[in-house]
Amino acid sequence: MKSDNMSNLIKNGAIWGFIVLELIFFQVAGEFWSLSERAFMDLDNMLLLLKQSAPIGIIAVGMTVIMINGNIDLSVGAIYALCAIVMLDSMSWPFMESLGDWAIPLAWLFALLTGAVLGLINGVIVWKTGVDAFIVTLGSMLGYRGLVFMYNGENPTYHLNWTMVDIAEWDIFGVETPALVFLAVALIVWFVMTRTVHGRNAYAVGNNREAAVNAAIRVGPHMLINFVLIGFLAALSAVTFYSGSGSVNPNDGMLFELWAITAVVLGGTKLIGGAGSIVGTFGGVIAIQLLRKGLGHIGADTATVNLVIGLILIAVLFLDRQLNVKGKEELKV
Amino acid sequence: MTEQTPVLRLEGIVKTFPGVRALDGVSLTLLPGEVHALMGENGAGKSTLMKVLGGIYQPDEGQIIVDEQPVVMSGPLEAKAKGIVFIHQELSLATELSVAENIYLGELPRKRFGLVDWAQLEANTNKILKKLNVGFNAKTRVGSLSIANQQMVEIARALTVDAKAVIFDEPTASLTDAEKVVLFEVIADLQSQGVGIAYISHRMEEIFKITDRISVLRDGQYQGTVNAAETDEEGVTQMMIGRKLDLSRNESHHELGEVAIEVRGLSCGNLYHDVSFEVRRGEVVGFYGLVGAGRTEIAETLFGLRNPSAGTILMNGEEVTIQSPADAIARGISLVPEDRKGQGLVLGMNCRDNMTLPQVGDLTAGPFVSDGAEVAIFDQYRDKLDIRTPGWRQTVGNLSGGNQQKIVIGKWLSMHPNVLIVDEPTRGIDVGSKSEIHNLIRELAAQGYAVIVVSSEMPEVLHVSDRIVAMYMGRIIRTFTSEEVTEDNLIQAISGIEGGKVA
Repeated sequence: MKSDNMSNLIKNGAIWGFIVLELIFFQVAGEFWSLSERAFMDLDNMLLLLKQSAPIGIIAVGMTVIMINGNIDLSVGAIYALCAIVMLDSMSWPFMESLGDWAIPLAWLFALLTGAVLGLINGVIVWKTGVDAFIVTLGSMLGYRGLVFMYNGENPTYHLNWTMVDIAEWDIFGVETPALVFLAVALIVWFVMTRTVHGRNAYAVGNNREAAVNAAIRVGPHMLINFVLIGFLAALSAVTFYSGSGSVNPNDGMLFELWAITAVVLGGTKLIGGAGSIVGTFGGVIAIQLLRKGLGHIGADTATVNLVIGLILIAVLFLDRQLNVKGKEELKV
Repeated sequence: MTEQTPVLRLEGIVKTFPGVRALDGVSLTLLPGEVHALMGENGAGKSTLMKVLGGIYQPDEGQIIVDEQPVVMSGPLEAKAKGIVFIHQELSLATELSVAENIYLGELPRKRFGLVDWAQLEANTNKILKKLNVGFNAKTRVGSLSIANQQMVEIARALTVDAKAVIFDEPTASLTDAEKVVLFEVIADLQSQGVGIAYISHRMEEIFKITDRISVLRDGQYQGTVNAAETDEEGVTQMMIGRKLDLSRNESHHELGEVAIEVRGLSCGNLYHDVSFEVRRGEVVGFYGLVGAGRTEIAETLFGLRNPSAGTILMNGEEVTIQSPADAIARGISLVPEDRKGQGLVLGMNCRDNMTLPQVGDLTAGPFVSDGAEVAIFDQYRDKLDIRTPGWRQTVGNLSGGNQQKIVIGKWLSMHPNVLIVDEPTRGIDVGSKSEIHNLIRELAAQGYAVIVVSSEMPEVLHVSDRIVAMYMGRIIRTFTSEEVTEDNLIQAISGIEGGKVA
């Protein structure tokens, strides 16, 4: 029991320890190698970091729920791009233009609805066909991305509305809208996962699906709700980001699914489901963004950043495995 | 007993699977306040019947009648709504969740907005746990509990709702005697509230202690229902297997050769402690004990699947370390594993390929696998073990259990081992093939193999072993020779009672 608590503490605390380590490292290393005069651990810099981690962070929160369920969703990047297009393009529709700034909430609504519907499609297929979520969303990833290209070919879709940009850059004490949305989403979903019946059932379904079925939890509809949730969150992520930028390329959001999964796994959620936490994912998102930003701060290029993140991911999973092995009694497989 | 309305009635249930008639006209009546035992051998159709009742399978014919109303069970949800609760044999628990969440899985108490009412949940759970007299509380994580305590969590589920009927599927398989007493109290309590209880178990002594009526299934067919007071173990056994239970001991002994494998003071964490024994060539040593006594784990250690934390293994007088199954095979140790289909065979492959799997790397002609050599090996052992298959191309998954087991045994014999370990050799195998496998084990010993048989079935260990090692909670309690062993002293030994001389 005691050692159980202890190893849980190590597991849950590991990501935060890692973040502290990163902060110290980049602060110190920055003194020697940085091209800029500014310190790494600067308040503005940290707020910017939170804002930059929002797009993937919001998706990663949804991915955590999906992965606790024992599923995976590879289509989030494509949903993200498609929702961004719907939002920006709808602003140029004649009846929307006639609405003036009232078109903005309507455009958001369209985008969020699109995301929810795309998620719903994934969920229905997973539920009704029983095909593995990996395969289903691999297919829908390709399909949804196809829709993105059908919309406007290789061309970017853009619509700049200054009111919308203002909203996107609005802030409380320097915390801008995207960061606020990310924090709010994390908080709400954390609450759902820890306090509500639906959240607790999510753990049960991922941990022992047969037990969940035997306990009369309706697994199919349960998963469906979670797929709608992640579709909605992918759309929300697109809404927060593209309200500010106003232009979307058909290739945007590619590899987002993999970054989200990386963050979730770094945060301690099991790939097989049943265990994980939103708090951990939040840590994972921050850790990745810190690494990107920090390595940039000391002058590394993108390729190096990816290499380092990849290595760290493998190292973390290896450590996690070591922590989970029950000593020598373990059956070797 | 006055005329009571049965809480649950099954009438002429028929369920067929491709090629098998799993249930053939089974009827069962469960009265309020009775404990009704359902008995039958492995594969007799008990679990299929429960799945039909739980709505996981739909019956092809027949009716389920709850409170005199015919119903169609669409799934566990419906069964639960009708007041039928299942206590499953395979632990149906989510190990990452707390005890309370598991007990109320699927029906967590809610406040408004779908929030979990934690206070209520904890209070309810602790009330139930107090009744069960267990040493953990509502917040304990299930994964950190022992198997026996996990089973208690499972049992606690029976007490959460106002059940009309509770179905216990082998609830005592992993419980200690003290916990069994608590379970029986729980059952008596439910009984006094007028709940009908169906109790599935293999253990005769329990059946006669707590049940009122006994229904027996054999090969999917209903064999009849008797009052427990009017029959005895012998009578029920005859109904179950259609003949008398053979508890005869092995009497022939073969000539013993030198010690093939010796184990001194072997321990592995919490799984077993200070285990010492030796097996000679030509000898069959049976390991007998309850689930979790550490028998399979010893076998797995000898086969290199676990690292021992202390102790030594000696083969032919030399100390050896076995790091992996590859090591074990190289030293002539073979393991016929417990889970034949999961660990012993590649079900989708044909007979020949399964049999030559461990040595296919050596059976080459140039860069290619040598078909001829493989078929030659298969033919040799098919004849030797009398494996009945249309040909080597047959997919192993289509063979009967007995023939599958022979393929696994043949696979290892073709590696020419010194020590053959067989774990639960006849699990899920029909009666006829059982005795064939037993004879085969005796024959192999006669040919000079050292054989270790791990088994949970008393007739089996009695039947095949020259010596029997009785284990309890990871320790060897006593080693019997086949002359001194009796049913009684063996049961005492595996319950941890050290009678007579300790080996």
